[in-house]
Amino acid sequence: MIDASVLERVLGSALRTGGEFAEVFAEDRRSSSALLDDGRVEELTSGRDRGAGIRVVVGDTTGFAHTADLTETGLLAAAEAAAAAARGGGGGVRTVALTRSASSRGYDIELAPTDVPKARKVALLTQADEIARSVDGAIRQVSVNYGDSLRKILVANSDGLFAEDETVRTFFAVSCVASGDTGMQTGRESIGHTIGFELFDRYDIDELARRAAGRAITKLAARPAPSGQMPVVIGSGGGGVLFHEACGHGLEADLVTKGASVFAGRVGQRVASAGVTVVDDGTMAREWGNIAIDDEGNPAQRNVLIEDGILTDYMWDQLRARKQGRASSGNGRRQSYQHLPMVRMTNTYLLAGTEEPEAIIASTDKGVYVKHLGGGQVNTATGDFVFGMTEAYLIENGEVTEPLREGNLIGNGPEVLQRIDALGNDFAMGPPGTCGKDGQGVPVGDGVPTLRVSSLTIGGTAA
Amino acid sequence: MSDELLSVADRVVAMARPGEQVEAVVVRGTDTEIRVYGGEVESLSSAQAQGVGIRVVIDGRQGFAYAGSLDERVIAETLADARDNAGFATFDEFAGLAEPDGVALPQIDLYRSALDSFSAEDKVALAIEMERAVLAADRRISGIESAEYADSISESAVASSTGIRSSGRESNCYVATYALATEGDEVQTGFGFSVGREPSELNPLRAADEAAQRATRMLGAVQPTSGRLTVVLDPWVTAQFLGLIGYTLNGDAVLKGRSLFADRMGEVVASSLLTLVDDPTDTRAFTATDADGEGLAARRNVLIDNGVLKKFVHNAHSARRAGTVSTGNAVRGFKSTPDVGCLAVSLLPGTSDPASMVAGITDGVLVQEVSGLHSGVNPVSGDFSTGAEGIRIRNGELAEPVREFTIASTLQKMLQDVRAVGSDLQFLPMSAAGVTLVVDDLTISGS
Repeated sequence: MIDASVLERVLGSALRTGGEFAEVFAEDRRSSSALLDDGRVEELTSGRDRGAGIRVVVGDTTGFAHTADLTETGLLAAAEAAAAAARGGGGGVRTVALTRSASSRGYDIELAPTDVPKARKVALLTQADEIARSVDGAIRQVSVNYGDSLRKILVANSDGLFAEDETVRTFFAVSCVASGDTGMQTGRESIGHTIGFELFDRYDIDELARRAAGRAITKLAARPAPSGQMPVVIGSGGGGVLFHEACGHGLEADLVTKGASVFAGRVGQRVASAGVTVVDDGTMAREWGNIAIDDEGNPAQRNVLIEDGILTDYMWDQLRARKQGRASSGNGRRQSYQHLPMVRMTNTYLLAGTEEPEAIIASTDKGVYVKHLGGGQVNTATGDFVFGMTEAYLIENGEVTEPLREGNLIGNGPEVLQRIDALGNDFAMGPPGTCGKDGQGVPVGDGVPTLRVSSLTIGGTAA
Repeated sequence: MSDELLSVADRVVAMARPGEQVEAVVVRGTDTEIRVYGGEVESLSSAQAQGVGIRVVIDGRQGFAYAGSLDERVIAETLADARDNAGFATFDEFAGLAEPDGVALPQIDLYRSALDSFSAEDKVALAIEMERAVLAADRRISGIESAEYADSISESAVASSTGIRSSGRESNCYVATYALATEGDEVQTGFGFSVGREPSELNPLRAADEAAQRATRMLGAVQPTSGRLTVVLDPWVTAQFLGLIGYTLNGDAVLKGRSLFADRMGEVVASSLLTLVDDPTDTRAFTATDADGEGLAARRNVLIDNGVLKKFVHNAHSARRAGTVSTGNAVRGFKSTPDVGCLAVSLLPGTSDPASMVAGITDGVLVQEVSGLHSGVNPVSGDFSTGAEGIRIRNGELAEPVREFTIASTLQKMLQDVRAVGSDLQFLPMSAAGVTLVVDDLTISGS
């Protein structure tokens, strides 16, 4: 994208006001999306974003500027603005010599979405629409989204790091509205992987559309969810967001070092039930949160956060790791070149246990079975978090019975982790997610086996 | 200046071929964001961003493309992409761009040059002053999670081959902070902010006080017992719910069978105390604007009048399909086609002051924060359940703080159950303003 010699001059210029660390992050992102709604392909969109963000660090201060102008003149102007924002005391000339490092994600993209005719993408939309509508006459509305992106990034910094990477992601989602005597209900299914158009060889679009429609239909017969506390069984694959919220955010070093996490100061301590091992793994091939390098140029890693219930480590970005004199864990990510990186998750998951999922439900006298979770939110300082249930059922006498209407569940991270009393042998990754933090969204994955929390607060309206 | 952006848009429109409708939206923004921590600048970001979005309609088919650049060559490619994309859309008899409707743009002043000349040092000083005030507010304040100052000057222009030509410029700034309060092992958080069009309108000390008070008053919070209670929603919480209710009155959702109010026009859908307006011409609103995303005049629309459903909002396309006219509610950035939505929604303030609203409640809870609105509210079915924290109300007085509970009902029922509307209209850094609201009979789920 940019010559090494130009980058070296830009970094040198960024350090002229006394900066200790400077970095150029350049990005060239092309995306295409298509939307079908109300039976019509409403539009195709093509997008292009290209630019560079430059940061300069002096002491505890970071100066940042970005530009859409990738010429040397444009980059130098941004470097000057970033340096002025950071303003060190010293000055002088520092030269930077870059060493290119190889990055690899260990697999190839089979069919680049840019090589696929638009008509073929559009055909997927109409196919999913027809299948979803054919499921039941109660399906009144369907929308279908297709999206792909090719993101090229380049990172060069004053430590001499010079890394480049290309990431291809492909996404597809079906949303249905069903209408009945009890009003309207919705059902949604999505798939997304860090791969190309071969996504559609791996998944059956018809099956996806049927599941989305089925979810909306099922909920037409749903009764209000209970209120109060009871055991909750989370279904395999559908419920990884639980760990993303219950402990993932609280293990991000930027929040930990500010005392804004209940997990601060607890490394080496028991924070979860025995048998609970939580991992954040950017290297997971083809998953939605997969990265070869993070947005600070560090290689993706598999990081064990909690091992057999004991907190082993937090997640780190370059800046926070530097201060602690340790290496980044490859978790420095950003939404685009217009944003500063911060500590973010990649693919966060809970390792499988040994129990049969059926046995976990059968041994639950009265509770809630959450087959599919929506999003969630956490206050990392208190540990209180919520997550939505988009498909849930009552468990009565060890059997899954009536469907429940939507709602949130609420719990406290450290308490919930200690209340996990059953882990299934059926691990699966869940649907693609977008994690929001300080206004920046990044793609993340999650996964869980079937598991049970002995007590959680269900946010329903029934007694 | 916006004239420059308008001329860029004009040049795109001039490239329209016979039989083609072409629209260009061109934006440019200068943003500053400063975060401070421990009396020092943690980060200072300053940047100019620009972009163009091009919509092409050919024979009832629409295509769109955008680029984060105003480079002539990139613009030409973007137009070609949009044109090519149009060929793949389904024919839509209602497709088409907005046309001038004779409504004059409101003459409102949304830009203050004072922001332009306010130095980075002075911006940093505002944020540090706020952080210092948070830390000094109470001995139980243990730190901050964040303290930031942010501002933006944004310019935009829309032009189309159907005769739309509009441009504008606005300035915005705010300070916001999250305070941490600690007692023993327990930590609680509280949020405070202040918004304005120029820094002199900001009140960092009030933001600091509010954050500190909200955090410290949560110390010692317990999980409440489940039950049905009267709930007092803080303006900040009310505003978040109004944003969701705004969605249900979106004309596109109505046409596509996704609005729970689709068949209720002219009926009583809310307590007679409620009058809901969408008024982007009120300059106090953070999202005030003189024109919508298609360049039509922004206007004041009364959506619910004393409890009676009066109006759905529309953009040009949804209006054409519904057989009505645009209400000036096209919502978009340069990266998307115009959606339909409320621009600056609020309730007409009532007559009750917040203190007397609490005093009138024997058994209830004041909710100061909600979480999981995106995961626990379904605006299609109306079911909602959100995480909450706040203060119990007993015999008209604020009692113990409570946390780790949910409040649940349906949007339909909640609108009917409003018992009092506060006089304390508060403008927030979002597209909705809030007032204190008393709602009967919400389900509290706790221990």
